[in-house]
Amino acid sequence: MAEILVLVDHVDGEVKKVALELLTLANRLGEAAAVWVGPGYEGAKDKLGEYGAGKVYVADDEELTSYVVAPKAALLARLVGEGSPAAVLVSATAEGKEIAGRLAVKTGSGVLTDVVDVADGLVAEHSIFGGAIIAHARVRTGTPIIAVRPNSVAPEASPATPVEERVAVTLSDADKGARIVERVVQEKGERPDLTEAAIVVSGGRGVGGAENFAIIEGLADSLGGAVGASRAATDAGWYPHSFQVGQTGKTVSPQLYVAVGISGAIQHRAGMQTSKTIVAINKDAEAPIFDLVDFGVVGDLFQVAPQLTEEIQKRK
Amino acid sequence: MNIVVLVKQVPDTESPRKLKSDDSTLDRAAADGVINELDEYAIEEALRVKEAHGGEVTVLTLGPDKATDSIRRSLAMGADKAVHLVDDAFAGSDALQTSYVIGQALGHTGFDLVILGSESTDARTGVLAAMLAERLGVPQLSLANKVEIDGTAITIQRQTDYGHDRVEATLPAVVSVVEKINEPRYPSFKGIMAAKKKPVETLGAGDAGIDAGRVGLANAATEVVDFAEAPPREKGQIVTDEGSGGTAIADFLASKKFV
Repeated sequence: MAEILVLVDHVDGEVKKVALELLTLANRLGEAAAVWVGPGYEGAKDKLGEYGAGKVYVADDEELTSYVVAPKAALLARLVGEGSPAAVLVSATAEGKEIAGRLAVKTGSGVLTDVVDVADGLVAEHSIFGGAIIAHARVRTGTPIIAVRPNSVAPEASPATPVEERVAVTLSDADKGARIVERVVQEKGERPDLTEAAIVVSGGRGVGGAENFAIIEGLADSLGGAVGASRAATDAGWYPHSFQVGQTGKTVSPQLYVAVGISGAIQHRAGMQTSKTIVAINKDAEAPIFDLVDFGVVGDLFQVAPQLTEEIQKRK
Repeated sequence: MNIVVLVKQVPDTESPRKLKSDDSTLDRAAADGVINELDEYAIEEALRVKEAHGGEVTVLTLGPDKATDSIRRSLAMGADKAVHLVDDAFAGSDALQTSYVIGQALGHTGFDLVILGSESTDARTGVLAAMLAERLGVPQLSLANKVEIDGTAITIQRQTDYGHDRVEATLPAVVSVVEKINEPRYPSFKGIMAAKKKPVETLGAGDAGIDAGRVGLANAATEVVDFAEAPPREKGQIVTDEGSGGTAIADFLASKKFV
């Protein structure tokens, strides 16, 4: 079986869930080989083995994470050139897609982004136009480079003992053109990342003000979920723009999406329509969000949401 | 400073967006064309850089004849001139080919700074800035929510999941912008009138060293195998709150094992 390279998403050694999803997917298509870039591998290797990485390419030279994207693409290009893997999987995050793009140019390969599943023959499934159309596509030139959306695959434990191989790459001047001089980490407490959270609770225009987002945060925390916001809420300055779910913001595909005070304009739906289970609270029974829901309550969010939070706390 | 802003015309999100049944490419006739929203921020940022540092803003668009509307609007906002890459041979090009064509055109225009939106609302691949930086061998300053230029030194704030990175580079460079980096201006009446007289150069396959044998659907590195409308979601249960709406949701979540 051919090797499928998986670029591991991690933050300072803490493996992101999407990496485990990609390893699971890779083992369905071939033999998963993880690619680790940056510090912290020692603390992560058990987890990679647990989820089926039969091999790990480890590149922990600090230089690889000191510049924007290019070094990771350079390393992957080297592995593609030397090992002839059947495909390369990356996460379809903003940075993951950029790595995929540079790698595609470096290797002259086709790239598929925002993929939600990959079947035999490396046929990729896309959900496009805000979930309105399901398209299947494949790469016909070079090594398929596939960016898979977080939460598309359920990660499955499949213990393996990874064979480790230390790898390095010599960076060109062009690879070192954009130097990261400072990383600023926003305090987000214990909440999971929006793009890969299993549960997302979002607030919209109906929330009515920045101070009322405490209600959204309280509900999200009771469910262990991430907080999102509609464009109306971020445009109004009630919640930071980086939390916007929608066509010009983040695309999320969680197990559970709770829309609170969000009417469900197409701009918002495009960012959350592929969520598995959708729940909405809105005072307008005609709001388009109710066309999508598995369960909806027509009512005042200031009554319904706190009651829901309290009920969840009670049942824990 | 020679500033080139990349503008894509996309189908309006509010109008029906379809793929064509014969070749699985976007049905551009089915929907109204508008400037890709994030590109409006790119145009605004380009104009601000020009206003602060001098120079000229060129709009570069790859798209069919119809994209002229978007070029005119960009010029009306204040760009100085435009290059329109238009040729039937380009139709159906994928991301890799698009970056090739635009990369060649940028070789033709020259540039100190290329600015584009970080993603289009139709294909949403989000790869173009990275591909162009790779092809042109210049710094990739993508996902910027702040841009500062001092001489040839450029610094951006790159939006990340955890906050942002401060990134430094030297011009020339490719910058992609995220929403809310600025507030795009509306074209003034004067701007609209002036736009009619601004030069628009058209380039086709064969121009600017673009190899016609590398572009278009037939030469794409990817292909759509099939597509279909997504099945509609099953109609869910909707209740009106009469004092226990929150409890009802909790019951539903419990039945789905979320609680």
